Amino acid sequence: MVDLVPLFVAIPLAAAFLCLLLKRFGDRVCGAITLLGILAVLGLSLTAIAVGTDAVNMAGGYGVTMRDGRPFVAGIAIVLDGLARLFLLVVAVVGTAVVVYGFRYLERSTGRALYHVLLNLVFAGMTGAVLAGDVFNLFVFVEIASIASYALVAFGTGDREVEASFKYLLLGSIASLAILIGIAVLYAAGGFLNMADIAVAVREGRLGGAALLGASALFLFGFGLKAAMMPFHAWLPDAHPSAPAPISAVLSGLLIKTTGIYALVRVFFTILGPDPRVQTLLLVLGCVSMGAGVLLALGQDDLKRLLAYHSVSQMGFVLVGLGTGSALGVTAALFHAANHALFKSALFLSSGSLERMTGTRNLSEMGGLARRAPWTAAGTIGAALSISGIPPFNGFWSKLLILIALFSAGLPWAGTIAALTALLTLASFVKVQRKALFGALPERLAHVRDVPASMHVPVLVLSALCLLTFVLWPLGLGDVVQGAAATAQSADGQPPAIDSYLRLVLGRP
Amino acid sequence: MSEPGGMSPIVRIVTRWLLGFVLVFGFAVALFGHLTPGGGFAGGVVITCGFVLATLAFGAKTGPAAWFGRLASTLDAVGALAFLALALLGYAAGHFLAQWAGRDPEPFRLTSAPSLVLLNLAILLKVGAGLFAGFLAVAAFGRAAEDVGTDEFSDAGAPQGPEPEGREA
Repeated sequence: MVDLVPLFVAIPLAAAFLCLLLKRFGDRVCGAITLLGILAVLGLSLTAIAVGTDAVNMAGGYGVTMRDGRPFVAGIAIVLDGLARLFLLVVAVVGTAVVVYGFRYLERSTGRALYHVLLNLVFAGMTGAVLAGDVFNLFVFVEIASIASYALVAFGTGDREVEASFKYLLLGSIASLAILIGIAVLYAAGGFLNMADIAVAVREGRLGGAALLGASALFLFGFGLKAAMMPFHAWLPDAHPSAPAPISAVLSGLLIKTTGIYALVRVFFTILGPDPRVQTLLLVLGCVSMGAGVLLALGQDDLKRLLAYHSVSQMGFVLVGLGTGSALGVTAALFHAANHALFKSALFLSSGSLERMTGTRNLSEMGGLARRAPWTAAGTIGAALSISGIPPFNGFWSKLLILIALFSAGLPWAGTIAALTALLTLASFVKVQRKALFGALPERLAHVRDVPASMHVPVLVLSALCLLTFVLWPLGLGDVVQGAAATAQSADGQPPAIDSYLRLVLGRP
Repeated sequence: MSEPGGMSPIVRIVTRWLLGFVLVFGFAVALFGHLTPGGGFAGGVVITCGFVLATLAFGAKTGPAAWFGRLASTLDAVGALAFLALALLGYAAGHFLAQWAGRDPEPFRLTSAPSLVLLNLAILLKVGAGLFAGFLAVAAFGRAAEDVGTDEFSDAGAPQGPEPEGREA
């Protein structure tokens, strides 16, 4: 297994460039390559979970002897630990659903081969970011995923798409620049890029003071923007709705988590170590994102824009969970991030189906579609119940855990905001169901037909996973989520479990 | 803008003299990447600069854009796949990206680490072709904006996006 870890990145990359090379043979070939690639990644991530051991792979590893006689392997550290396993699984599951959905959804678009190339590059960037063992490679992979996504947002090539893409490009580049400067500051102060080496230097007090504070601020801004944290969220409500539905699902379901949330957890928990100032900021900004995001979502009539604002709001839940700094809070936050990937990508995919059936994204022009399109409606309702936090769907469990974590950490104000946000989310999705799926069927839509099976089955599968999370939890999902949280934060009162990461990468006690 | 044939004879003659040196220099930077500063990326950038210079001097119809432009995106993909294949060959020697041929690089011995030489050449191809395709795409985009409909680089990576979708119903 150890040796196979680089394949998580190599397979999507190979698929991307094979698609580019074979694009003259038509998009069916490219689609088949993409599907095989993501299925291979799914198989690998399930294998990684079944094997369950942490692994470090020094790609291009090159053994040298240090001056003090210590053997040392120089190379690109690729680290597969609990946190990486959770995110790889989420990427593979949602990615497979998106690829299957995309075949029929895009059948009337041109440039499908290039869509497959860029989609595979996004996958490669996300898996690479999750596995990177040094901060510079984390940055490189985040950039691969981000730059490919800038192009995908403009896929429609209309004025609105290009404008949204340009806005996303500018803000994303500023964030990337901040991350790069943060890495440069850390490197100048410590002389390391390897995450474990930086973590040891911080722990031993060799790296600290202004350099650490400055780098923390830059990382919080940079990765916070990628995660759509509230003052830096402005790109998201334009970028996510403008992309084609499968791309919206990847952006909202996966990209803001792997390049935002995952990176925040890795940087602020594993590398820099828990810092109360950062946690307070995460709590406050998370509360602002939750509350303001859902209030902005309530007023939307455009379905995809509404979903995009809910992404901001739901990322707020994840951020406050991380902000508690407790083991329960981090577990709940990561669980909610994984759940959000499932239901938000299902919702974006079904918004694409509804748009294709009705030719509009405006809720006020829809209605009564549950009768005309039962399968799409069933998938949409399942995902909507999940995001609204209705038991026994997965959103209920993770929001409940976040609330418990907030109240037990002595933060009743944050808990109250979270509870109110959950209530408003429910209200917002009641509106969606009332306006789109139930109610009177407009004359114009009297003869719409449900989308083909390859479009509603992925949505149904994702919704079924949302419903069955409480069955899957004791069957192994719980271990995966708790294993992910344990690499970020140990049970309260214990020394931080980052030590297990350090032992793993540095190979010493 | 210049005449269709490119820039003035002075520029063209100087470019003709310089181009060979630029290309040889870029190739050398990549070939000796495992021994000296440089490598595939730096060499690829130098080679692209040579092609860009020639395109500016000779124009789009006679310069490298004419005989190389359409191939650029294919060569880009081939370079990337070659690198990946070489990296996967490392499994033959134990792990991903391992050196599967030769020994560690020794100073002044070009052939001491052939797997690294091949990796650098794959990067050279990828970076050189990729940057040149990017240059052609930007150039084609600029001209398309100036003069819609006369975009002859459409196969070299110019925007080929779909028609606005979601409005076909």
